Amino acid sequence: MGKNLFDKVWDLHKVDTLPSGQDQLFIGLHLIHEVTSPQAFQMLKERNLKVLYPNRTFATVDHIIPTASQSRPLQDNLAEDMMKAIEKNTADSDIKFFNLESGDQGIVHIIGPELGLTQPGMTIACGDSHTSTHGAFGSIGFGIGTSQIRDVLATQTLTLNRPKVRKIEINGELKPGVTAKDIILRIMQDLGVKGGIGYAYEYAGSTIRALSMEERMTICNMSIEGGARVGYVSPDETTYEYLKGKRYAPKGSEWDKALDYWKSIASDEDAKYDDVYTIDGTSIEPMVTWGINPGQALGISQKMPLLDELDPDDREVAEKAYAHMAFQEGSNIKGQKIDVAFIGSCTNGRLSDLQEAAKVVKGRHVSNNVRAFVVPGSMNVARQAEALGLPQIFEEAGFEWRQAGCSMCLAMNPDKLQGREISASSSNRNFIGRQGSPIGRTLLMSPAMVAAAALAGEVSDVRELGA
Amino acid sequence: MDDSKRNKVTGKGIPLPGNDIDTDRVIPARFMKCVTFDGLGEFAFYDARFEEDGSEKDHPFNDPAFKEGSILIVNKNFGCGSSREHAPQALQKYGITGVIGESFAEIFNGNCTAMGIPAVKLSKSDIEILMDEVRNNPQTSLTIDLDTRKVITDSKEYDLDLPESYRNALKEGAWDTTAVLLANKDKIQKVSTRLPYIDNFTTC
Repeated sequence: MGKNLFDKVWDLHKVDTLPSGQDQLFIGLHLIHEVTSPQAFQMLKERNLKVLYPNRTFATVDHIIPTASQSRPLQDNLAEDMMKAIEKNTADSDIKFFNLESGDQGIVHIIGPELGLTQPGMTIACGDSHTSTHGAFGSIGFGIGTSQIRDVLATQTLTLNRPKVRKIEINGELKPGVTAKDIILRIMQDLGVKGGIGYAYEYAGSTIRALSMEERMTICNMSIEGGARVGYVSPDETTYEYLKGKRYAPKGSEWDKALDYWKSIASDEDAKYDDVYTIDGTSIEPMVTWGINPGQALGISQKMPLLDELDPDDREVAEKAYAHMAFQEGSNIKGQKIDVAFIGSCTNGRLSDLQEAAKVVKGRHVSNNVRAFVVPGSMNVARQAEALGLPQIFEEAGFEWRQAGCSMCLAMNPDKLQGREISASSSNRNFIGRQGSPIGRTLLMSPAMVAAAALAGEVSDVRELGA
Repeated sequence: MDDSKRNKVTGKGIPLPGNDIDTDRVIPARFMKCVTFDGLGEFAFYDARFEEDGSEKDHPFNDPAFKEGSILIVNKNFGCGSSREHAPQALQKYGITGVIGESFAEIFNGNCTAMGIPAVKLSKSDIEILMDEVRNNPQTSLTIDLDTRKVITDSKEYDLDLPESYRNALKEGAWDTTAVLLANKDKIQKVSTRLPYIDNFTTC
């Protein structure tokens, strides 16, 4: 019986079994940002400890960065304090910082891959739950808390309980208009937000194999929304092709050595799994969430669930969701009015996401009642989009074109919903208050579906636009 | 006794019913604009507790009956979503020393353990009974006993579940892992040299 990638990578990085029974795991790449790291540096200082492997840690700023103007000092004093803290901490510890002047700043899960820092067979940690994104490369990415950031800074290792591995196998060709975001929302609908507890998710099958790296990242990004600790795809030619020539990717003879390693850690054909779940890729349609967690998702042609049909656990959350969203049970998601359209985030702020949305909006105009904006995930994404003329397409259609950051995904910056506004959003969470207004509402969908909703002023089926 | 050991945690309870309560709800993102965790306590469950005009909503943290509570009782998948340690930090700063629930999101459970907060599981029916017991008598004393693997109240004992590694770490006072990990410095070095990619990062 062969081994899966997760077990191979785990075993290779295991330092020891600790007295507690947990494993100590070496972390190959540590990414930090301004929100969850300052307290960890403070803890190190209090203990008189130094960063053990400063060249394995890379920093950026994303959550608090305004997307309208990035000029310093930031207008928000608290945000400026956080900027100063990461500047000082990275300088004092000799950590590479992709700051606003570097030209490489962006959302932590976007810049890791685009700079070639993220590579197959690595363990990766970051104080952000969407670190699962990096699993798209066949690495094992853990979102961690601040005490664990302290551990990685001080020791380059983490204590972890080893999860089981579930293979999610998706086969068949996607229908036109169906994207990676729809695949992951369908997985959320099927397995729920608790389904992944205790598991790592391996995404496999012909549908997954046919996806680009950017699409794979979207899927792995939202693994955490299903309760899984990590999500990954075994590396293949698509992975190697993406990495070739990237700034931090191996070069020359190093490349050949790296390739040997990357191929060796891919899941074996006859690998063993703790569980297997299968989805028919041809049955997936464009998806939209209707509730207050990402598992409350629907195909665009489906109706919202009737409370009586739900099991008691789901019913309680569904009641809360209907009360918050002000939707009627059994109604259509299609046709629900929206106020705001947001394209961006670590889930869908990459170049291909913007291209997909631009294709939909080109030559059309945003509905009069909708405030629409596009936020590239990094300065590099912005530059590539500009070279392709995407900002003009969006602006002509009535979208605002912004600068790189996390923006309205979690609203730790000036981008926020106001009052009861309802948004069509390409981000990852529809939790109550997530987009900055305690009473605001969020509908998650693909960038193309956000674009379609922006044009119509209501939730629409992008396939009917014929884009 | 070594004050980092968490064999037993005792206090009064606060029942907080509901599944899938995410960490954005425990601490809304706008309160994370800070470089220390100090002062987060007052923002725990802020949007669930207060209307926009500052008036109080119906929430267990606002209920005078549970004002003295320090052990939070929750349902399924508590702490899902964001990995922000700000969430358990806000609870701890508010005065929470233990959490009892049907199940927890894994990062949340790990964060709690790393901070010395036991987050232990009871069965669905036991949680129901325990919540009722505390509602009927908010003065009832709860003990999370990691030695006997029980949650003990004035009138009843419940069997608790907690990953053995977390139980050991809390009992031994080894939940603050940095020193434990650093003791393996030689082994860390050894693993780093066997990883084929470790020197592959070229400089730009």
